[in-house]
Amino acid sequence: MKVVINADACTGQGRCFGIAPELFDFDDLGNGVVKGDGTVTPELVEKARLAEANCPEHAISIEE
Amino acid sequence: MSHTKPLVEDFATDFDHADPQWVNNPYPIWEDLRTRCPVAHTDRYGGAWFPATHELVSRVAKDTENFTSRSVVMSNLRPTDEDLPAPIGIAPPITSDPPFHAIARRLVLPAFSPGVVNALEPQIRALCNSLLDDMGDAAVVNGGTQFAQYIPVGVIQQMLGFPLEDIEMFLQIVIDVLDSIDSTAEDRQATGDKNRAYFEKQIQDHIDNPRDDFTTYLLNAEIAGTKLELDHVIGTILLTLVAGIDTTWSAISSSLWHLAQNPDDLARLVNEPELIDVAVEEFLRFYAPVTMARLVAKDHDFNGCPMKKDDWVLLGFPAANRDPEVFEDADKFIIDRRENRHVAFGLGIHRCAGSNLARLELKVAIQEFIKRYPTFTLENPSEVTFSPGQVRGARNLPIRVK
Repeated sequence: MKVVINADACTGQGRCFGIAPELFDFDDLGNGVVKGDGTVTPELVEKARLAEANCPEHAISIEE
Repeated sequence: MSHTKPLVEDFATDFDHADPQWVNNPYPIWEDLRTRCPVAHTDRYGGAWFPATHELVSRVAKDTENFTSRSVVMSNLRPTDEDLPAPIGIAPPITSDPPFHAIARRLVLPAFSPGVVNALEPQIRALCNSLLDDMGDAAVVNGGTQFAQYIPVGVIQQMLGFPLEDIEMFLQIVIDVLDSIDSTAEDRQATGDKNRAYFEKQIQDHIDNPRDDFTTYLLNAEIAGTKLELDHVIGTILLTLVAGIDTTWSAISSSLWHLAQNPDDLARLVNEPELIDVAVEEFLRFYAPVTMARLVAKDHDFNGCPMKKDDWVLLGFPAANRDPEVFEDADKFIIDRRENRHVAFGLGIHRCAGSNLARLELKVAIQEFIKRYPTFTLENPSEVTFSPGQVRGARNLPIRVK
């Protein structure tokens, strides 16, 4: 499982790196970026789903 | 503020966000409009529209072709194209449209990025505690006028590097811009001129004595190798003051208003401090303070409504946050709501640039208030007042703390 951010849709709402700092970081403009290659380890699956479900811009997707 | 306007009888055809019914409790009005319209209209303010659903609010927010941001505060002062020289606008980047918007926004975002903002946490915590200390051992305190309002104004004053003794004046500037929507165009113009003179004085002081603050940052900033025009610097300072103070103040005071009336939520927050992050998002959803505005950029049909150039559109993010199509039990405050795609900070390219700061201030303010006062109740519910206009929050908030 991987998390992906659609950079065109991201406006820096800040929810993903707030909910799952293990999976997401922010750049110097405050936009969300995926850490590493976005691989979600089993213990982070729930956080990944919450990050996806809380993004107001629908910018996050999960690839199974 | 004048109250000579007739009271609204039907919000679908004659809405007014300064009407007492809207100011005191807008939620039933929005619910009614969502099912009945869903785009309301009024001839007031020279003509305006109000889409009441999440879907339509989202569509307006993301459509920068048909809607312009050159004026975002709906008032009787209805600007013409000549009043708003493109591309800078009155308060960049919030009043800027593409393509200039991206340039003006890129300039300010680094100053409000999470890394920079998070470093302010100890300072915000200290400010909250000094306000709480000032309340002494009073049995009744004012969560609005003694606490909530002084947190963002204190943060912004330090950020801009403006004199501490001018704090009361900043609050007045905010009220002038946002609350006085029923003032005449002439009055609003006169106030704008007075504020500009003050900003010019502070800017001169920063030119003479550069220091490590946001004002100096703006004075040093460049677009394509050229320093910003004075109008741009003043506009962004005005934006920082107006958008950074009333908004967060409102979010804090409305959250305290909620906790004062919902002892179960207060007890959960006190006993389960780890809930604070989801609770903050639910406070932001349920009591989203900010309604934005746009001007229609060109005649077009919007969801069956014949929108004309220069009509206002009131952009109801707080209404979108209560749309049952998007939120389960939308009219219920659920302190541990885990899925919460709220739009309190807007949507699209104008997402609130200060959202990281606002969220941090709200979190720290609630944490410190409930640490000091683990139980509290509303002292006199009938005395609570809410601000009129596009930024809604509790103003007078008497709270019994012992």
